[in-house]
Amino acid sequence: MSGSGIEITKELTIPKLFLRQCKKYGKDKVAMREKEFGIWIPFTWQDYYENVKYLTLGMVSLGLKPGDKVAMIGDNRPEGLWAEMAALCAGGIGVWLFQDCMMEEVKYIIDHSDAKIFVGETQEEVDKAILIKDDCPKLETVIWDDPKGMRNYHQEYLISIRKVQDLGREFEKKEPDFFEKRINEGHGDDVCLLFYTSGTTALPKGALLSHWNMLTMGKNLMAVDPCYDTDDFVSYLPFAWIGEQMMSISCGLQMGYTLNFPEEPETAQENIREIGPHVMFAPPRMYEGMTRQVQVKYIDSTWIKRKAYELSTKVGYHVADLQFDKRPVPVGWRILHWIGYALVQKKLKDHLGMSRLRNSYTGGAAMGPDHFRFFHALGVNLKQIYGQTEVAGISIVHRDGDIKFDTVGTPIPETEVKITEDGEIITKSPSVFLGYYKNDEATQKTLVDGWLYSGDRGFIDEDGHLVVFDRSKDVMTLSDGRPFSPQYLETRLKFSPFIQEAWAIGDKRDYITAVMCIDYSVVGKWADDKKLNYTSYHELSQKPEVYQLVKEQIEEANKDLPAPARIARFVNLYKVFDADDEELTRTSKLRRAFVGERYKDIVDALYSDRDVVHMDTKITYEDGREQRIRTDLHVEKINVGD
Amino acid sequence: MVQVGELKEGDTILRLEDVHMSFGKVAALAGINLDVKKGHIHSIIGPNGAGKTVMMNCINGLYRPQKGNIFLKGQKVNHLRPHKRAELGLSRTFQKLELFGGMTVLDNIRLGRHVHLKSGIFSGSVYVGKTKAEEIESRKFIEEEIIDLLEIESIRDKPAHMLPYGLQKRVELGRALALNPELILLDEPLAGLNLEEVEDMARFILDINEEKRWQVTCVLVEHDMGVVMDISHRVNVLNFGIQIMDGTPEDVQANPEVVKAYLGEEDLYSTRR
Repeated sequence: MSGSGIEITKELTIPKLFLRQCKKYGKDKVAMREKEFGIWIPFTWQDYYENVKYLTLGMVSLGLKPGDKVAMIGDNRPEGLWAEMAALCAGGIGVWLFQDCMMEEVKYIIDHSDAKIFVGETQEEVDKAILIKDDCPKLETVIWDDPKGMRNYHQEYLISIRKVQDLGREFEKKEPDFFEKRINEGHGDDVCLLFYTSGTTALPKGALLSHWNMLTMGKNLMAVDPCYDTDDFVSYLPFAWIGEQMMSISCGLQMGYTLNFPEEPETAQENIREIGPHVMFAPPRMYEGMTRQVQVKYIDSTWIKRKAYELSTKVGYHVADLQFDKRPVPVGWRILHWIGYALVQKKLKDHLGMSRLRNSYTGGAAMGPDHFRFFHALGVNLKQIYGQTEVAGISIVHRDGDIKFDTVGTPIPETEVKITEDGEIITKSPSVFLGYYKNDEATQKTLVDGWLYSGDRGFIDEDGHLVVFDRSKDVMTLSDGRPFSPQYLETRLKFSPFIQEAWAIGDKRDYITAVMCIDYSVVGKWADDKKLNYTSYHELSQKPEVYQLVKEQIEEANKDLPAPARIARFVNLYKVFDADDEELTRTSKLRRAFVGERYKDIVDALYSDRDVVHMDTKITYEDGREQRIRTDLHVEKINVGD
Repeated sequence: MVQVGELKEGDTILRLEDVHMSFGKVAALAGINLDVKKGHIHSIIGPNGAGKTVMMNCINGLYRPQKGNIFLKGQKVNHLRPHKRAELGLSRTFQKLELFGGMTVLDNIRLGRHVHLKSGIFSGSVYVGKTKAEEIESRKFIEEEIIDLLEIESIRDKPAHMLPYGLQKRVELGRALALNPELILLDEPLAGLNLEEVEDMARFILDINEEKRWQVTCVLVEHDMGVVMDISHRVNVLNFGIQIMDGTPEDVQANPEVVKAYLGEEDLYSTRR
């Protein structure tokens, strides 16, 4: 039994659960809200049910058969979730694409997944579908839901989501029981989602997840940190990310909490504040952004506000550190903490939309200890999780009162985690995926005797917590022969509000170096205050004053590191790493091998005596245009001591 | 308010007859004729100082031409003040932004609805009846038709002067649309925008022109030849207050006189593409 009182069996599928919840809540409870035209518009479970039902029947009358794939792309919105649920209700398999996927990726995934129906949101996504249509012969129908800009599109394979639902209504007249009948045919072991993992090295691989995988995931996470049907959750991270699926589908459907969709991606932060969610799950990048926001506002505020913040944060850090060490908090500190909380942190939490937050999770990439402590000092119950697409979400999470900022926690129920002799993390649980689609070789490498091989290196500490070191292939060897995690260095650097991205280099080299990407808005503001002139990111990044600023940030991060791990040289890059340039994955992980190849000249210069490196390269804009960049970058040295 | 019969697509919505406008001895407009059809995007091009903005100001009523007639929807409007012309469904944006910097985006746009607010001071002071109905109607219109169209949800509560230039231009278009116009004068809507913003703005112009909900006739003064030639139905070329050509974009590009007077200056007015 899960916390929701629903027994998860092999017979149960997501659509069966969906039906049950719709019947249970009906018109009396809001299933989701979307902010549109400046107003939060509610949809009850009954609305959810009807929309999904007619969409399902519409897709069936368009020829969708059990096992067929439905590809979906677009921002988080009710229609997106309806389309996914409809695909599953029809016995189909959902495939989500990231909104900002480039043409090549879209083509690869649509073709590789054999998608029959493509559901896009706006003209932009429809354009992508039209361009790849000829190369993907298995694609039959393209559905869109926002009519804006669609007035001049007359291709016969295009159809609006409303029209599909009309087809569904027609279909229902002929076969009134079809919807429930089709749902009842489903089995927990059927594949429900095909997830393309954005590989840091190779082409994306399609992970097959079953209903059973997804539902057990939700059950086991909710057993650790229960949610309630009165809770609110804001769904604003890409549906193509497993973490969002876990919260919106696996957990959301089981617990029946309300999903809230922001008006636009740009308004998400503001909308989160309006909703005040009870639970939050986001990759470190989001939390890093919030930290930066607070730090920048702090720099900008008046003396008295800065002092109040400094004092309350000092108390906050002290109390958080005591709690990390599981030591009692003395009464005096408690009182100080309470005052600081009432005067400063409560307000800050409200601005970040975290007032009602019971649990917040971060995962998907490494989060630095500095960020982690920052949120605990603020009184936010932030927990690390560890997981991957192949385990339908997560396998490890921190427990209340047992949080260590250098670990990711302990396994959730029904989950075993072990470390192999090589130090690789392996997992066994009912949520472990079925294999990669059309890629037996990769499946055999990843799934051995029911154990999922993660490719991550880590160890289990004396308290039974898992410590994730890094991706096995990323672990560096320092000059003194010690292994070291570049990710750890990078997250430390990124705690500075001036640094947006960092790339640490130094495997089997004499010293460590870094390529830094400044945060354009924060450094830009800083430069404005200093009356420095600049016209572009590139120009700003090469200012001697900015180099000095970045140097100071690195020196700060270097302080707590052993001498061989300190950064000795760095370059400010003329742009920020970007997924469109294939430098990051769609989930914002650095693709080291790729950047290593691309910026070979810079790496060479960092390990030579030159202090200038000449670059001649091209950058790609979101619409596919390219621009050539020719520039000289300065190499700065830092005294690292011994 | 002046009542005029409904125009059909292709009818003349705006006509200028032999319009003359001089400032001292400088003749800014020397006998201009113009015929804008309903449903068209009608562009006016010409080098700096050709008289394009003066022409806009004459149409809009900021200037009174010394000679000649201006007809809006078949009605002679020479004598009408700008706000009376606005009531006829004429709206405009300015080359140099004319937003109220200290006001929010939403307030700036709301201001554009002014001609549609008819309720009185008493109803307004208690917010009942007519005022309430008008406010709700007006809010719906602004949110559903303008904010959504121009994709400015994330800035609706920001003061206008805090916004980057490209967004301010968008807000100005929003304010002009709030009037729910039939004819809109766009004075260099693309000037000073980067490539991405130009593409967005060109799309918005096409949207308001083609979308069933809007179908606004646009008079466009613009230097970006790529966009002008792409989206216009008809183009007028001015030079030193004299019209040297009136035709389709293809005709204009093929006319040697135009090329010499204007398009030839590749470096100055070349398109960004």
